[in-house]
Amino acid sequence: MAQFKMHLLVCGGTGCRASQSEIIVENLKSEIKNLGLENDAQVVITGCFGFCEKGPIVKIVPDNTFYTQVKPEDCAEIVREHILKGRKVKRLLYEDPETQKHIEDSKHMNFYQKQIRIALRNCGFIDPENIDEYIARDGYAALGNIITGMSPQEAIDIMKKSGLRGRGGGGFPTGIKWEIASKNKADQKYVVCNADEGDPGAFMDRSILEGDPHSVIEAMAICGYCIGATKGIVYIRAEYPLAIKRLKIAARQSRAYGLLGQDILGSGFSFDIELRYGAGAFVCGEETALIKSMEGLRGEPTVKPPFPAEKGYLGKPTNVNNVETFANVPAIFLKGAEWFSSIGTAKSKGTKVFALAGKINNVGLIEVPMGITLREVIFEIGGGIKDGKKFKAVQTGGPSGGCLTEKHLDTPIDFDNLIAAGSMMGSGGMIVMDEDDCMVSVAKFYLEFTVEESCGKCAPCRIGNKRLHEILEKICSGKGVEADIDYLKNLSRVIKDTALCGLGQTSPNPVLSTIECGACYEKCKFTAIHVQ
Amino acid sequence: MNKIKSLDDLRKMKQNLEHEMNIREKSNEPESLVQIRVAMATCGIASGARTVMNTLVEKIEKDKIPAVVTQGGCMGYCYAEPTIEVKVPGKDPVVFGNVDSQRAIDILEKYVVNGELLEGIIPTNYQTINEKK
Repeated sequence: MAQFKMHLLVCGGTGCRASQSEIIVENLKSEIKNLGLENDAQVVITGCFGFCEKGPIVKIVPDNTFYTQVKPEDCAEIVREHILKGRKVKRLLYEDPETQKHIEDSKHMNFYQKQIRIALRNCGFIDPENIDEYIARDGYAALGNIITGMSPQEAIDIMKKSGLRGRGGGGFPTGIKWEIASKNKADQKYVVCNADEGDPGAFMDRSILEGDPHSVIEAMAICGYCIGATKGIVYIRAEYPLAIKRLKIAARQSRAYGLLGQDILGSGFSFDIELRYGAGAFVCGEETALIKSMEGLRGEPTVKPPFPAEKGYLGKPTNVNNVETFANVPAIFLKGAEWFSSIGTAKSKGTKVFALAGKINNVGLIEVPMGITLREVIFEIGGGIKDGKKFKAVQTGGPSGGCLTEKHLDTPIDFDNLIAAGSMMGSGGMIVMDEDDCMVSVAKFYLEFTVEESCGKCAPCRIGNKRLHEILEKICSGKGVEADIDYLKNLSRVIKDTALCGLGQTSPNPVLSTIECGACYEKCKFTAIHVQ
Repeated sequence: MNKIKSLDDLRKMKQNLEHEMNIREKSNEPESLVQIRVAMATCGIASGARTVMNTLVEKIEKDKIPAVVTQGGCMGYCYAEPTIEVKVPGKDPVVFGNVDSQRAIDILEKYVVNGELLEGIIPTNYQTINEKK
């Protein structure tokens, strides 16, 4: 068989598919066939490239040409010019927002230069519906090495040494979580993958499942071996049909190869996964509520302890990790704990995937080393603020986080620094605001969300958040007085201290951080003058 | 699909599969590889550039030479088509003219692998007027 000289990688993520990337694939294929180039060029549907702002993306390798906003009618030109004659189609190349120059090669795009891709290593690189491409990139090798040559404790020690912390927001050390689950004795244990991504504006877990589902499956099996579980469950929201479809295909292929099922690779270890669909309640991302929902009960959190590691799904020890956490696991075992812990800051190792959104030039999905500053993320990778406006604030951590302003721009991003700055890592949403945006309104938006999504089980969350929202409403409508701010502060503290689960304990954060920034005072003063 | 029965089988399978991904792996780090660009304008194609490109790709794959082949537009040396440009990391690019399949193999074996220069190099200058002193 002749060797392909070029691969045309077309983004098949939800965003690019919504702008007709499936038709683009068809058109590229048929034009290649028309010109008799079937043996020269191969069209591959991949996961997300992260550059969603300018989708649909078509990337051509090996020359790394990065075509943006490709339309179905552009395909003939791409094939006739680039594939046949080696001339790049200039008008489709990415234009640098600062210099207005066309950039021919994705290696020279600011967007990619500062990124380190670990969790997203295969996204935009392999065909997620083809297990062979995953295996060609060392897929399932980590699992194979572990189950044939390592004790569970040895593998857990590697996880602990790597310093990986939970990427769902809490930041609990993954290795320790596994160790606790492994020490609890039971006839059946469970590995659960939390794919109930609920923060407004967050789409990293979806993109990983759409772009590299096998990495999550492999990691779940590794976790199963470590803690002594033979069953894995992916709790995924029903709003993610493409992720569900790709996950199902991936599981089917793994089973066909015997990489899931009985006696994997002749090691004696058995593991399989199943899927459970969430109906889209935000609180079900909290692990105890998630487990209740999987049991068919109301998605309400329970008091910890007992932690799921002792008494989880059906009363059995259960280890719950987030999608992105799992996606890091095979890479850690392949490259070593030292390699992983050499990236990042003292207490936050590795990388973090962020979803950049809001008033920023390069909206999209990025993966950066921990310790990078907000300035680098927003102005270098993100390409700065839209329409040349001034930066005002960035909201991180979704409904549990807060706003960071100019004075935090040079703070290295990691779990602890963000908490110290009054926000949190959360699952990794970053919403950028420009000078015209009102931070108080953003806090109000998140409160609206929390009020809507509170399960209502405990009074502080059910009633307290409602009151917080009412006061913000008052301030936003121009009737606020400074005394309201003291009231907001007190009530926030009470909710944080007394709410049952993580949702209530963090829901006042957007309010507190907005007060911290002075935005509430400004608004009150401004409206006071205005009313006079 | 046959079941993979052992870790060795998995490793073998990986080795058989990885060459299909090679072209993508190589694109991840083009600077560390020898980059060969074949001029693929109409005149280049008419004088056999596509055959040359096939030969290069096959030879590189077969001998596992750390090089990547891309195609470019017209380089302007119409009298010497097919032309190819070879950029070895750390060195200035060299352009070879009148390349047929045999010469393509020579260039790979002698220049790319052993660093010997060959006949038929087209003198080029990559400096622009502004850079000239």
